[in-house]
Amino acid sequence: MVEVTDRPDTQVPPAEVPDVHPPHAHSWLSRWVFSQDAKYIAIQYSGTAIAIGLVALVLSWLMRLQLGFPDLVSFSPEAYYQFITMHGMIMVVYLLTAIFLGGFGNYLIPLMVGARDMVFPFVNMLSYWIYLLAVLVLVASFFVPGGPTGAGWTLYPPQAILSGTPGGRDAGIILMLLSLILFIIGFTMGGLNYAVTVLQGRTRGMTLMRMPLTIWGIFTATVMALLAFPALFVACVMLLFDRLLGTSFFMPTLVEMGQRLEYGGGSPIVFQHLFWFFGHPEVYIVALPAFGIVSDLISVHARKNIFGYRMMVWAIIGIGALSFVVWAHHMYVSGMHPYFGFFFATTTLIIAVPTAIKVYNWILTLWRGDIHLTLPMLFSIAFIVTFVNGGLTGLFLGNVVVDVPLSDTMFVVAHFHMVMGLAPLMVIFGAIYHWYPKITGRMLNHRMGLIHFWVTFVGAYAIFFPMHYIGLAGVPRRYSELGDTPYLTASVAGLNAFITIAALVVGAVQIMFLFNLLWSARHGQRAGGNPWRAASLEWQTPDTPPRHGNWSDELPVVYRWAYDYSVPGAPEDFIAQNDPWPARPVQP
Amino acid sequence: MAETILHAKRPEGIVADWSSDQRAFKRISWGKAMMWIFLLSDTFVFSIFLLGYMSARNSTQSEWPDTDKVFSLHVGGVELPLLLIAIMTFILISSSGTMAMAVRCGYARARRPTAALMALTALLGASFVGMQAFEWAKLISEGVRPWSNPFGAPQFGASFFMITGFHGTHVSFGVLFLIIIAAKIWRGEFDRPGRTWLKSGAGDYEAVEIMGLYWHFVDLVWVFIFAFFYLW
Repeated sequence: MVEVTDRPDTQVPPAEVPDVHPPHAHSWLSRWVFSQDAKYIAIQYSGTAIAIGLVALVLSWLMRLQLGFPDLVSFSPEAYYQFITMHGMIMVVYLLTAIFLGGFGNYLIPLMVGARDMVFPFVNMLSYWIYLLAVLVLVASFFVPGGPTGAGWTLYPPQAILSGTPGGRDAGIILMLLSLILFIIGFTMGGLNYAVTVLQGRTRGMTLMRMPLTIWGIFTATVMALLAFPALFVACVMLLFDRLLGTSFFMPTLVEMGQRLEYGGGSPIVFQHLFWFFGHPEVYIVALPAFGIVSDLISVHARKNIFGYRMMVWAIIGIGALSFVVWAHHMYVSGMHPYFGFFFATTTLIIAVPTAIKVYNWILTLWRGDIHLTLPMLFSIAFIVTFVNGGLTGLFLGNVVVDVPLSDTMFVVAHFHMVMGLAPLMVIFGAIYHWYPKITGRMLNHRMGLIHFWVTFVGAYAIFFPMHYIGLAGVPRRYSELGDTPYLTASVAGLNAFITIAALVVGAVQIMFLFNLLWSARHGQRAGGNPWRAASLEWQTPDTPPRHGNWSDELPVVYRWAYDYSVPGAPEDFIAQNDPWPARPVQP
Repeated sequence: MAETILHAKRPEGIVADWSSDQRAFKRISWGKAMMWIFLLSDTFVFSIFLLGYMSARNSTQSEWPDTDKVFSLHVGGVELPLLLIAIMTFILISSSGTMAMAVRCGYARARRPTAALMALTALLGASFVGMQAFEWAKLISEGVRPWSNPFGAPQFGASFFMITGFHGTHVSFGVLFLIIIAAKIWRGEFDRPGRTWLKSGAGDYEAVEIMGLYWHFVDLVWVFIFAFFYLW
């Protein structure tokens, strides 16, 4: 037992709950397949998410080939719809949400708050297997007659379940909805774990305001997901009933091919409200963990404490709360009352305030810091730049009068790819370069990492900057071919070809990144326990990679926040969270 | 002296709990915290189901059926509106009462009364589900379907089967777990030492209370369904 005597404020209260050791694996199966260790579940989650993400990457190549070289490649419009739908759905839900919460959440929460594992390891394991089932159902939809649904990732009825849409009267839409329902059930199991572990499972001395911002981001996103996914769940159930049982929740009276359908009296707009009540918080479910993680990366690699920690926490919470009252800004062209548009435009623009606080604080953390241009730092800087870019076009689209002419153009595509595609992806890459040494004990290859970074960063701008311009020029989204459109200038075709080539190159370099992940696990430089000399708790584990149960016989005791870098007078340029300096621990 | 000054600055109550280490809810176990957060999430599910029903009721062009007539029983030559629903509601609310008594007995570590009261709660819950099945059968025999309805708007059937079905599923799962926990308590498993998936040691009857949280929630949701679907 360690007691600290010199300063009263470093006295640590006694443990409130007994130290519970997580269940040990008894067999090969329960150790390597049905593992209940959060670290292993995190790797399972991430691996599955990356694998299905590769499918989405290939789909984006196919789309770009069609758009860039319509003379060489010719997919049917139906196939193109299927590509965009599955690309969008996989990237947003099955890759980004799963890897941030299921991947980083599982790995980092117990380590960073000083717990041995998640509070309910068995439920945590179930969460992964249901997620895997959801992914398999999704994959199955590629192999059923009619193929996957082509309803667009928003799955708007009535078209989503009608015969004009690929998969609408076949199994495609059914499997999509079932897969989403499964995903939500699986996520809820994981999400309850993440939330309770952060609230009730911290170690001694770890107050909420000493938690790294990574945990704040993941925790807030988890709570948001637990409140936002119900809307998608209900919308999916009702749409499934409309499709399977012939109910008319979302289906108005329709005439299709001269035939009056059995449907009547439902409201498609209600689906849009339900979808976006989930869909907008979903943007921040992806963004908030990225905000949190990037704060930690910047602080560690600039050897400086994060600027305005408390404001950063309140900004995360504020963004999370505000994101529940902005959803209808996705529906400005749905014919809603202008007063609603006014309300939702106002709330949308208010979100810029806490978001700007965060951007300023990142920049002020970098300001006069001892910036090490490591790979995590490079990706963090790329994130800030990309996020500001995407955020600025958000100001265009958040205003009703500017949004209406831009709606359903490639400008919108460029905006959301910048702000919720690229920006979180930059953080994912940075985070993988940052935590890979802890997960495997080895560094990722630096040379491959540099190639990966520069090609991804420059290439991503080569893809999405021109997309803004062709969007302003009037190129609509979701059109597989522009055909004879005299109002478009000739440069649009050239830019489309340019974007396609950039997309192929950026995609290819991701394959190299995956190769790096596998190669370095065996051949990478040995990292040691704390290669970045970081202060947060996960770098202070007795073993690297951390053993089952994370810590030795005693749980760590926390004396400070996670950002004590370059403290004057301290023996090193960082002070670990479990270091009682300058007080002397007294062994009784 | 310095210590007293330090003491005077210390926050109290909820602020103290949330600014402290280890736990934000000081006397709440992990399992109970999880149940509360789950119920919060589930509240959103049911609220959105009810909102979806209300919007369907607004958007449909046909007349909404008169629930007094649809949900009436023919007893002794008299039409009694909402009779079955009144009985069902009475039973479910009574089951919340027996559940609360079970929780109280659980606190007292009274093994057999706890198990018996939980079994009684399960019995009342099962009879609720049974009567719901009867109501479904009656409506189906009268021609009500999710996609059509002889009394008026087809959305009536759709909302009815969806919402009562989802609630009935909740009640059924509750009955299942009530029986499991009651059987374990009856056999004395909760009084033996050691951790299992429902207890952390000998005499840990908290699972009864957590089960009670769920049961009261399902009961409360029914009150809203009753008010918004049957009485409106």
